[in-house]
Amino acid sequence: MELKAEPLLPGDAVSGACLALTAPISFWGGVDPASGTIIDARHPERGQNIAGRILALPGTIGSSSASAVLLELVHAGKAPAALLVDAPDAILLLGLVVAREMGWPTPPAFRLPAADQAALAGREITISKEGRITPA
Amino acid sequence: MLELTTDERAIAAGSAGEGAAMAMRIVAEAARLMGAPRLIPIASAHIDGALYHGDSGTLFAEKLVAGRARVGVRASLNVGSLAPAGCAAIRLPPHERDMARRMMRAYEAMGCEPSWTCAPYQAGHRPTQGSDVAWGESNAVVFCNSVLGARTNRYGDFLDIACAIAGRAPDYGLHRPENRIATLLIDVGGLSRELRSSDVFYPVLGTILGRRAGSDVAVIDGLQSCTTEDRLKALGAAAASAGGVGLFHVAGVTPEAPDAATALAGSAPRETIVLAPDDIATALARLSTAGPTDRVDAVAIGSPHLSLAEIDELERLMAGRKLKLPLYANTGRHVVGPLEAQGRRGALEAAGVVFVVDTCVVVTPILPELEDAVLMTNSGKFAHYAPGNTGYAVSYGSLSECVESAVAGHLVRETRAWS
Repeated sequence: MELKAEPLLPGDAVSGACLALTAPISFWGGVDPASGTIIDARHPERGQNIAGRILALPGTIGSSSASAVLLELVHAGKAPAALLVDAPDAILLLGLVVAREMGWPTPPAFRLPAADQAALAGREITISKEGRITPA
Repeated sequence: MLELTTDERAIAAGSAGEGAAMAMRIVAEAARLMGAPRLIPIASAHIDGALYHGDSGTLFAEKLVAGRARVGVRASLNVGSLAPAGCAAIRLPPHERDMARRMMRAYEAMGCEPSWTCAPYQAGHRPTQGSDVAWGESNAVVFCNSVLGARTNRYGDFLDIACAIAGRAPDYGLHRPENRIATLLIDVGGLSRELRSSDVFYPVLGTILGRRAGSDVAVIDGLQSCTTEDRLKALGAAAASAGGVGLFHVAGVTPEAPDAATALAGSAPRETIVLAPDDIATALARLSTAGPTDRVDAVAIGSPHLSLAEIDELERLMAGRKLKLPLYANTGRHVVGPLEAQGRRGALEAAGVVFVVDTCVVVTPILPELEDAVLMTNSGKFAHYAPGNTGYAVSYGSLSECVESAVAGHLVRETRAWS
């Protein structure tokens, strides 16, 4: 297995377990900003925790407060280790842009098509600075 | 590739102060991420960023204030976590309350208007058709694009205030005419006129629109002379909470859609969806999570914030009766001000209405903490967010069913043909 993701927001190489969501999520109302637990009652991965995981997002929906929830997760030390998004999203990723402006340690974000994300579900992976994805 | 003007580069480097620099860098970074070639001037902003989600947002706003940032365009404020002009008791612990207050003050200190509403378009902030603006709050975005015909992307927290300070926004997405053309046609003409002319239909239709359109632009055909501004408001709010909808057209109703063909720019739609009663039943069922129970602990209306017309209807339906259950009426200063002046607020409160002003029941802890509690609502947006944010299960119904349930103290359903 080797996949190449496009770096969107740079950071150091990361390793960890990949949590690949099977449905789009709204961070606001969908993720608890204090703990990183998925709280959307209608989401298939409800109850899982995104903190420290490599989070693969097939899509994002809903509220424009998603960036605030992600910034809060970074500030609280409960952010994902890295984000893999199907397409750049100016709402969610802004949380990371602002975290960087605040001078806080910020997880990297990469673009990886939703079709490639599913294969990573539950696996331990490493993502290089350049976006190369390999088994950890 | 993004190209900034000499001026923009100088501001990003600090020529207008550190706050303005940070704002310009954030706008430019968003532009780079989204592949925008340039920044464009904006006429106004609506700021969703002053809602407390944790200390980080307060620290960000205070860093801008410390860097002497000021908004460069008109900027209204969306709801906050406290209710300086209201009423309902908010159960935020002292630290959170303090940080939420600091955050609201910081946004006001940057020159934002203390409108504190998610329906700024009914509080006197209505950009002109074709103007570029930077609005946050998903329902306000979709209303601004669809009903007013002004142009905005869905600006998230932080980018909204950054654009307001910079007076600029990335040139991409719904700012560009070619991206405002519908590619999806939703035909509702087969449903009864009675259903299409009822308030309770619009959040259901919005849920379908959100789920089927995602972030694509749809034109809905078959609603000519069935809509009101409040129905379009409810439609957009439900669509924007069920999907990434930023713009929809309604043939013969909204400004960029004199007819479906114009909204589609003369092309055939990529997909045509003809709604049948089965689709409506499925979406309706999805709005309720409480299951078959008569239990209702509270009623909440007003997401988006109630207009004066909606309060008129509430008063008419209550018909002077007392409520057994608390009915939380979420709205803004632009509505409670006139209600007070007309001497109507006191009577509504005496009957059991709890006004929630400057904020709302799904963004800050107002609803009592109860086991297995059920919230009844006529709002698609409340129906979507209440389970995750308040712990209440939801029963969705019409405003009339909400009022009758509040009067009776348990769920009251009316006979209605959902076809």
